[in-house]
Amino acid sequence: VIPTPAIDLGPVVPELILVGTAIAVLLGGAIARRVEPLGWLFVSLAGVAGAAAASVALWDREGDLTVLAGTVAADRFGVAVRLILLATTAIGLVLGFHYFERSGEGRTEFYPLVLFATSGMTLIAVSTDLILVFLALEVLSLSLYVLTGFGSRLGSIEGSMKYFLLGAFSSAFFLFGVAMAYGATGSTKLADIAGALAGRTGGLALALTALGLLAVGFAFKVSAVPFHMWTPDVYQGAPTAVTAFMSAATKVAGFAALMRVFNVGLQPLAWDWRPIVWGLAAVSVIAGSLLAIAQSDVKRMLAYSSIAHAGFVLTGLTAAGERGIGAALYYLLAYSLTILGAFGVVMLVSSRGDRRTELDAYRGLGATNPALAGLLSLFLLSLAGIPPTAGFVAKVGVFRAATEAGGWPLVLIGVLASVAAAYFYLRVIVLMFMQEPASDAETDRGWMPRLVVGVPAALVLVLGVFPGLVVGFLESAAVLRW
Amino acid sequence: MPWLTVLIFLPLVGIPVLALWPRMSDAQARWVTLVVMVATFIVSLGALGAFDPQVSGYQLTDRVDWVESAGLAYLVGVDGFSIWLVVLTAFLFPVGLLAAWTTTYRVRPFMALSLMLETVVLGSFCALDLLLFFVFFEALLVPMFLMIGVWGSGRRVYASVKFFLFTMFGSAFILAATLYLWFQTSAQFGRGSFDLRQMEQLSLGAAPQRWLFLAFFIGFAVKVPVIPLHTWLPDAHTEAPTKGSIILAALLLKAGPYGMLRFNLNLFPEASRYFADAIAVLAVVGIVYGAIVAMMQTDVKRLVAYSSVSHMGFIILGIFTFTAEGMSGAVIQMVNHGLSTGLLFFAIGMLYERTHTREMGEMGGLAVVTPWIAATFLVAGLSSIGLPGLNNFVGEFLVILGAFASDRWLGAFAASGVVLAAVYLLWAYQRTFHGAPREQHRGLADMVPREFAAVVPAVAVMLFIGVYPKVVLDRINPTSDAVVRWVATVEVGQDGVPGGLRARVQPAYSPPEGVVAAEGSGAP
Repeated sequence: VIPTPAIDLGPVVPELILVGTAIAVLLGGAIARRVEPLGWLFVSLAGVAGAAAASVALWDREGDLTVLAGTVAADRFGVAVRLILLATTAIGLVLGFHYFERSGEGRTEFYPLVLFATSGMTLIAVSTDLILVFLALEVLSLSLYVLTGFGSRLGSIEGSMKYFLLGAFSSAFFLFGVAMAYGATGSTKLADIAGALAGRTGGLALALTALGLLAVGFAFKVSAVPFHMWTPDVYQGAPTAVTAFMSAATKVAGFAALMRVFNVGLQPLAWDWRPIVWGLAAVSVIAGSLLAIAQSDVKRMLAYSSIAHAGFVLTGLTAAGERGIGAALYYLLAYSLTILGAFGVVMLVSSRGDRRTELDAYRGLGATNPALAGLLSLFLLSLAGIPPTAGFVAKVGVFRAATEAGGWPLVLIGVLASVAAAYFYLRVIVLMFMQEPASDAETDRGWMPRLVVGVPAALVLVLGVFPGLVVGFLESAAVLRW
Repeated sequence: MPWLTVLIFLPLVGIPVLALWPRMSDAQARWVTLVVMVATFIVSLGALGAFDPQVSGYQLTDRVDWVESAGLAYLVGVDGFSIWLVVLTAFLFPVGLLAAWTTTYRVRPFMALSLMLETVVLGSFCALDLLLFFVFFEALLVPMFLMIGVWGSGRRVYASVKFFLFTMFGSAFILAATLYLWFQTSAQFGRGSFDLRQMEQLSLGAAPQRWLFLAFFIGFAVKVPVIPLHTWLPDAHTEAPTKGSIILAALLLKAGPYGMLRFNLNLFPEASRYFADAIAVLAVVGIVYGAIVAMMQTDVKRLVAYSSVSHMGFIILGIFTFTAEGMSGAVIQMVNHGLSTGLLFFAIGMLYERTHTREMGEMGGLAVVTPWIAATFLVAGLSSIGLPGLNNFVGEFLVILGAFASDRWLGAFAASGVVLAAVYLLWAYQRTFHGAPREQHRGLADMVPREFAAVVPAVAVMLFIGVYPKVVLDRINPTSDAVVRWVATVEVGQDGVPGGLRARVQPAYSPPEGVVAAEGSGAP
């Protein structure tokens, strides 16, 4: 009798729901052509809600720590990351619906593509096998390449092409890293890799090569300097609603995978990867903050800002283990809410076809549209890390973790870069409130996206004043199990 | 009753009213704000009444866990230093509001920002948890930035951005140092905490103590401002609206010396001694430099701004003499400078509203047209100069006394600042108010009842402190005695070793026996 491995699909139910919904919408869109786009939006949102419910159900799960032959982790870390991602997706879907309805480029494929991307992202957060990590990475990347080129503008297509070419390179690096890791340890499972590396003192050349190549792959996905070149072009070129979704979700997913791979599989090499993370963090924070100052387009500015934020998350991760992961999770939550909201407002201001994304479009917005200007200010202050916003609490968290790991010079770099960064955030606020309005101001009157942008705004404030509401959850989620 | 918590958050109550009341007129918005601010002032008097003058430690403390796992708490309390700053804050906000009464540009947001500002200023004077303090301290930036940038004049945008970036640059160091201290509490006590009272028990080696001292000092020195970090101040003060200038000069600047007293001296006594001479010299340079630059100004508001640089030098000097007189003088001088400079800005605001100029060359002879404004300016100016019988005399006298006790050259140079103050302020008075009034100024109205309502209480308080400072000093002295003793006696501990020399010294703020508030108390 050949023993069949037990197949417990419980921990991947969220992914199954997402993929199922995506396929249903894809087919439905092709068959039932007379259904309004709003209908597909609600079907997709229902799928996201179902996936979220299925994730929550996994919080107190008892049973094997990994399932499906040790390739998928069933831990709280996965649940927390999934919930952050699903919230991002829900908001992204609504923004996208409005964006494409407004521009008249609406196509049903948008919803399944976002759902496929999300399923890749949530899967990457629970993958405990490098092959599965790669697979999930490709699922999310391919969907995002298409989404980037979803607009009919030239910049959109150019950004998509750039993203695809560079992304393919980084995938190749990553795949090389997987191969090297297999060569060094004879396995692609994180637990086995850790076991093979533990206690080994010499002959680490292959393992270190693998570490370097994997780091390149992840650094590309989270857009850390010097692997950030694609970010400004892609963020600027992509339809703003897609940028909003992508800037938040890709980072969360990329970091989730990085945390798991580095803190589980490569945990025995912590003394080797911590300096790498340290260096990436320092250059990302500095370069992101300084380059953003020179931008005149708000989408590019936020893109550079997101590079700096990748550096802040990495700052927290220089503390290996729970402390760093807990801080990074809070940071990712705060960051993704904030950047989603910020790009949401940018989308509302930019009007049809992303015509008005230069900084001048924000002149006098405080007079013509105080609500939007106020919301954007809140998001910018949160990105700048000014209390009482979630961005401030998040920054304190990662700096605290880094200080504890002996990284106070990195903290000093971080706080000083924040001051430089404050300048370009302030510049937008100055334009909005302290300058006279431009004559050709036109505002988007859609109520749904406004409502949707209001949700992250409220959360940014609530999490800034009462961080205790989620800190406990995130700390218990910071314990990786395998 | 949780006096301080009520006090801090009471102003916020007005914001939803302002935001949600449909079709509120500007007048209604002003009155709502005034009522809230006056109520806050009454609560602050209640807190003053509940304050026990005999105790030198923290009082009226409220504590709620905020983020328990991080050792972060909402912890507020006051001692003999901060209680006065709290009362001063609650007093000056309604006064400043009366100065801004005639603003017609975006009134509701202005009022909401004022209330927000009051909460964060009060919070930063009450916080005893380092991160909580930082939250308030940093949150100050946004409302003040908007107040200068939106409602200011002239180069308001430049001034507001400069203000924001300078202050944030300074506070960046404070944040880094705070986190390092947290890490030390976690290493030495096994549990991280931002509680100031716990951090005072840390044992820090000489080198880390000095670096941390510098980090905090830079942060607060920007705020004071200490030369050469002062360049944001003249711009911000000059371009801010009158209310903004009053709040900025009278209250926000005080966050600097207050922070030094509260954090630098308590946390790093050895480093404080080490750097005291250098800082005292910087302070005296500031006194003289500020006074000389003030003499050269033609813009009366800029003149008063530079006079602040000079006067703040007295406060810093008083703190770093480490004498009971100097310390008490510095604290009462914080209150005094708030009152007299606040009133000066108020008078300048009244003039600007009527003449639409701040250039002294375009005024002149206004005493004939607006005698009451002239009188207000004169009283505030004379107080600034340090005329006996008015409030500033008490503080400056004590500071110079302390300075002479520690180094007579410092005292001598500092005293020259008083002489120079007489030169530039009387000169300003002469150029503005004496002579024949200009043709276009002949029909100007004098002070109206609203302005009297703000000026009269302020002058009354100034006279009261000038004549009978005992009430104030009696509450300051126990604390300053304790701080002076603490700084003088604590030796440096072994780095990272709990229970070093430092832990054996008596904890901060236990009432020192034998040292009764004798020498420094009472009217001089």
